[in-house]
Parts: sequence; C-alpha cells; structure tokens
Amino acid sequence: MAEEKSGNKYIDESVNVVKKWKNKRGSLIMALHEIQGVFGYIPWESARTVAEQMNIPLARIYEVLTFYNYFKLEAPGKVIISVCDGTACHIKGSMNVLDAFKQELGVEENETTPDRLFHLQVVRCLGCCGLSPVAVVNGKTYSSVTAGDVKNIVAEWRAKEAETA
Amino acid sequence: MTMIKARIDNIEVEVEEGTTILEAAEQVQVKIPTLCKHPDLCATAACGICVVKVAGRPNLIRACCTPLDNGMEITTRDPELVEVRRNVIELILSKHPNECLTCIRNGNCELQKLSADFGIRCEEYESIVPDLPKDDSTKSIVLDPRKCINCGRCVEVCQNQQAVWALSFLNRGISTQIAAAGGIPLAESPCIKCGQCSAHCPTGAITEYDDTLAVWSAINDEKKHCVVQIAPAVRVAIGEAFGLKPGELTTGKLYAALRRIGFDAVFDTNFSADLTIMEEASEFVERFVNKTAPLPLITSCCPAWVDFMEKYHYDMIPYFSSCKSPQGMLGALAKTYYADKKGIKPEDMVVVSIMPCTAKKYEISRSKDMYSSGVQDVDYSLTTREVARMLKQSGIDFLALAEEEADSLLGEYTGAGTIFGYTGGVMEAALRTAYYFVTGEDPKDLDFVQTRGLEGIKEAEIDIKGTKIRIAVAHGTGNVETVVNRIRHAIETGEELPYHFVEVMACPGGCIGGGGQPTGVTDKVRLERTAGLEKDDHAHQIRCSHENKEVQKLYEDFLGKPLSEKSHELLHTHYVPRPCYKR
Ligand code: SF4
Ligand code: SF4
Ligand code: SF4
Ligand code: FES
Repeated sequence: MAEEKSGNKYIDESVNVVKKWKNKRGSLIMALHEIQGVFGYIPWESARTVAEQMNIPLARIYEVLTFYNYFKLEAPGKVIISVCDGTACHIKGSMNVLDAFKQELGVEENETTPDRLFHLQVVRCLGCCGLSPVAVVNGKTYSSVTAGDVKNIVAEWRAKEAETA
Repeated sequence: MTMIKARIDNIEVEVEEGTTILEAAEQVQVKIPTLCKHPDLCATAACGICVVKVAGRPNLIRACCTPLDNGMEITTRDPELVEVRRNVIELILSKHPNECLTCIRNGNCELQKLSADFGIRCEEYESIVPDLPKDDSTKSIVLDPRKCINCGRCVEVCQNQQAVWALSFLNRGISTQIAAAGGIPLAESPCIKCGQCSAHCPTGAITEYDDTLAVWSAINDEKKHCVVQIAPAVRVAIGEAFGLKPGELTTGKLYAALRRIGFDAVFDTNFSADLTIMEEASEFVERFVNKTAPLPLITSCCPAWVDFMEKYHYDMIPYFSSCKSPQGMLGALAKTYYADKKGIKPEDMVVVSIMPCTAKKYEISRSKDMYSSGVQDVDYSLTTREVARMLKQSGIDFLALAEEEADSLLGEYTGAGTIFGYTGGVMEAALRTAYYFVTGEDPKDLDFVQTRGLEGIKEAEIDIKGTKIRIAVAHGTGNVETVVNRIRHAIETGEELPYHFVEVMACPGGCIGGGGQPTGVTDKVRLERTAGLEKDDHAHQIRCSHENKEVQKLYEDFLGKPLSEKSHELLHTHYVPRPCYKR
C-alpha cells in the first residue's frame, strides 16, 4: 500500500516513529521519548498523530506528557543554559547565578526567550561538584560561575549564534 | 453470595462481600463524611475526608474505597478523626478562593456544606489560590479551575461514564489542573456539551453557562414577543430547588410562574415531542415497510448524542433519524406557524427554552437548519438550574401558585410526549404510534416495559401483530460503543441486523438525569424523577402522540402530513462528520 504523506514533518516523522512501537505493550512513553529526541519537544501535531496511530485518547497522552517533567511541550531555545542546583552548587550560591540569568534574559526558569534563542533550566547535580557552582551551555561547562560572569556568557553565545545565523 | 460481618461504632453490620466501609456504615445509619466520592462513580479516593479507624491497623483507612472485612472493628468518629478531617478541609480551603457569596453554587456546594458542618471559622493555612483563567468557550458549560478541588469526578465522568475523553488532569502535585488535552479551549476538544461533569462537580468549578441575564432583558424588551417552552424532564426536577422531593410534578405551577415573570406565551416541549414521534415513527415505517432508506433507525433528539455521533461514529449518519429535537421543532413552529396565526414577525419574537440540558445551548446554533424560520429558531436555551434561580429572584412563591394551562397551538401534550424525559421513553412513545401506523389500531397494552429501567443497554423484540421489531435503548454515551459495534459488524458482514430501531440518550437515565438538572443526582433520584413522568403519562387520557388534537390541527392547517416538504423544511436536519480536535 502506498504511504500517504501529509507533508507536515511533525506528522510524517511521528508516523514513522510510531510504526516501530505501535504493537508493543506499554510503548507509549518510548514513542514519545523518541519523538522528543527528534524535535527536542513534543509538538501538538505529533501528539495528535500518536493518539490516532496508537488509538489512545489525546487527553490521556497529555496526561502522560504533563505528568513527567522530562517532556517538553514547546520548542526549546537554540541555546540551552542549564544551571546546576545540586547540593554543592546550591551552597556555593548557584541561585544567585540563576537569578542573574533570569534578569539578563528576562525569563523564568524552564522558559524560552521570545526570540527562541535561549532556554533557561535548572538541573540537579551534574556530577562535577568540584567545579561548583556550575552552568552548562549547549555542552560547554562553565565552572565557579558568579553572578558577575553571566553577562559575558550570554554575550558570548549571542555572538556565536549571530555568526552562524 | 458471601456475607461479611463486622462492627461499625459498636453496631453489628452484615453486608455482601465487596461492600465498602462507607456503604456498610450507611446501612446502620452512620454517615461518614465524603467529598470526592460520588455514588454514581468509582472511588477516586482523592480527598481523604472519609478516614476511619480499624482496630489493629496503624494507619487511618479511607472508607469510600476500602471493602469491609470479616470481624473488622471500625470507629468512624472520635476527637482525633474529627481533627484529621478538619485539617483536610482546611488544606483544601487554603487552595480554594474565598468567593462563596458570589459563586453560582452558593447554597448547594458540597465543600461549603462540609466547611459549615465542621464549623471552620478561620483560615488556618496561608491561601495559595492558583491564578487560572475560566474557560467558557463552549457557551454550554464553564470551567473555573480555580475552584477545582481535584476530586476527579468530572474526569471519571467524561472519560469513563461518557467515553468522550474531553477532560483530563494536566500536570501533577500542587499544579494539577483539569483541562482539555494540552490545555486547549474545551470548545476545540471532543466535548459534547452533555454537562454531566457539571452535574457531578461538588463545587463551582464546572457549571452551566449562564444565559439568565440575556433572557431577562429579552423578557423586559417591550418590542419583543417572548415565548417559552418547557422540556419533559424539567417538570419533575425543578421542584427540588424549592424543597420538593424528586419526581413531584410541577407542570401547572411552572406554566403559572413563567407567565408571572413576563413570558407572553407558554408552550410545552411535550407538544413537539408528540410531533417528533409523528415524524420519527413515520420515518421508521418508511424504512421498515417501504424500505426507502436503510435500517436501523437511530434516534436524534439528544444533541449531545448527535455531537458524539458526528465526532466518533459518523459512519452511522445514514441511519440517523433526520428529525430535529423537540426543542428545535417547537422553535421553528413558534416563529412560523404560531407567528403567522398571531400576525407577528419572526424577527420580533424571542423563543426561550427550558431544558434539563446544557447541550441544548449548543444545539440552537449547531447548523443552518436551526435557522429554518429565517432567523434563529430558538434564541436562548436555559437549564433547569438557571430557571430555578430566575424564579427565586422574582420573589414568586412557587409552591403556592395555582396551576395553569399551557397556551394553545403548541401546548397540548399526551402521555407519550412526557415520557421523552427518561431513557426508553422515546422508543416507547414511537412504538405506540408505529404500531398504529402499521396496523391501523392502537396496541392493547401501551406500556412497553422492555424499554424501561436504568440498565445501560436494553434490548428487546417487540411483536407488532406478528411482525417482530428488534430494538435497543442505550443511555450514557459510554454505553454506545457496544451497540454501534454490533450494528457495524452486521453491516460489514451482511449478517442480519441486530436491531431495527435504536434509542440513545447521552445522559444516564435520559434527560431526567440531564447535565442541566438540579445537582445531587443518584440512581435513586433518577428513578424518582422517572416515576414522576410515568405518573404523568398514566394521568393522561390520551397516551399516543397521533391522538394529540393540536398536533392533528397543525398537520391539517400547516404541515400537510408527516414527512411533507414543509415538515422537512422546518422539522428535519442534516449531519456532518466533525473532527474531535479542531487543530
Ligand atoms: S460536557 Fe460532557 S463531554 Fe464535555 S467535558 Fe463535560 S462530561 Fe465531558
Ligand atoms: S472540576 Fe469539579 S468535579 Fe472536576 S475535579 Fe474539580 S472539583 Fe472535582
Ligand atoms: S440526554 Fe437529554 S439532557 Fe442529556 S444531553 Fe441528551 S438531551 Fe440533553
Ligand atoms: S471521600 Fe473517600 S477519599 Fe474522598
């Protein structure tokens, strides 16, 4: 049977993913996980596609999606800033660093700037407490960060993105 | 059956195995307080107010979801339990806005009552009311998630009882919130506007969309001729708002009260229920005897069922009766037939209906067929609850009113019209008239008891002088799928049809248990309201729709005959598949 493509990448890609998981029990989370791997979040169209293809009510899918913090429902920013709030970092003032990022970017934690450039999040221990407080930006680690460093870090990434854009 | 023996507050109880502690306690007149538990629904065990002590167990036990066990020694009240329960209430109140005085449920809210019963006098915990917007997008029901106590009833109702899956819980912990999938407006979800969630919500978090202000201004607009119609199920329920028992018939008082508050004419939807039967029974005979269209014939008088079918079962469209609901038929006739006779222009009229139903608010503008008089046929559809409030505002001593009659042309009704209000009633009324259409005489016994009762799906074979008609009656949309799948299977395989005629009502019990009826419905209340309508049926000399004199006159003077061109123009409608989600 010829496959019908909708021409919408969120739908077509999700159809592909679901195919693998469709007939396995308890595979909803795996399918959603994989879709988030592709897009960085779960777009509405993808959730609808999963619902249709797996014959699960959409309301149930969103119950699952919003139950786990792990799932993102909005496109993340291109530059993801993770501030560590493990015990060591916390003691050394990571919340001041977080506040500085909030102020600099004008967003709260788990939010993305309106231009979709930066996404700010807090993570539990990153496993490098010796470097605390730690922030990780798109894989690059910044150690012993202070609130004063924040302006420069943001500027650095803004410049980088402007170059590649 | 195994029996369980135990003691509750030192009183011996003996109950069937599987009975919960809560139910067992009721049998010995011990009332354990509850909040999240509703008698219709599986326990969600969300609130913790029903805790009791069981001797030998270290922790407190939730009575609503724990079955009684042999030899249990249960304590339902002592100072410690009262303190724990009080604390539960205080915690709930700390997340609940302090808005009782301006709340639509003021006076019949289950949280308010508990708080009063426990004598809560101050706010023990710092208040953290979430800042969440209302959702009135359906214009049938309103969600106010700030007032939600997360009892889970509405979700249980919407997902399981009704099988619609419009409502769900989003997020978890303290940010848990009821909403449609992904937080979209309810109107863009599969919601069928049945209002069952609003009839089960203990608080003001889900309510009917209030149209009373608009209706007041229509009534007070001197330039408008304002008429009203009353649905069958309203007359046996509205009394509850004035302290009457469920099922007490208030038809005559309701006519009187509506005249007093200023309606220019008072009609009865029971009249157009009789008319619906004339059209629908004719449709059935056409399909059954003359084979002009396929069987089974499926009833269409419940707009929530119509919406459900258009969204989830649109392959059933060819089997649907094309009849509008009685509300729709009366609206169309009020602005044509009645308007003509009175010499009033349809645009100078306002038609208000009083329905047990929130979906009827949606129906009045659901398609262009609802504008068959040239303007919108029914302008406003009010629920029983809204009208009870309007009567109270008017200072009318409802119970003391002398009974009056409905206005002529669209007011007379038979016993068949009134039983539209309960599950199986439309089928029964249609069978009475179909029998007459096929055989030329009335059935000897007008009571088709096979259609009655609260069982979710009722199936029967009816004998019309040797011709067998197989029928099914389903109520609560959660029961629909079984019936529809049987039909589908027969159609696909070419096997013999399981049914010739099918009635569906979205609400459990039919309209007497409608989403716009006074809250607090249980099966007991459903049966009492049903009994009220049965009594009304039997009290009528004429119990068959085809003998309704005003209906006969309507055909003579205006419509011609059932299924005539004029009937089709005014009394019938069309269906289209609709997407469950708009995006
Ligand atoms: S009105 Fe009916 S379908 Fe809509 S949310 Fe409430 S229970 Fe669900
Ligand atoms: S909206 Fe009402 S029924 Fe639904 S969970 Fe909240 S309080 Fe319970
Ligand atoms: S069963 Fe009656 S009250 Fe319920 S949605 Fe249908 S028409 Fe309305
Ligand atoms: S009534 Fe038992 S937990 Fe709510």
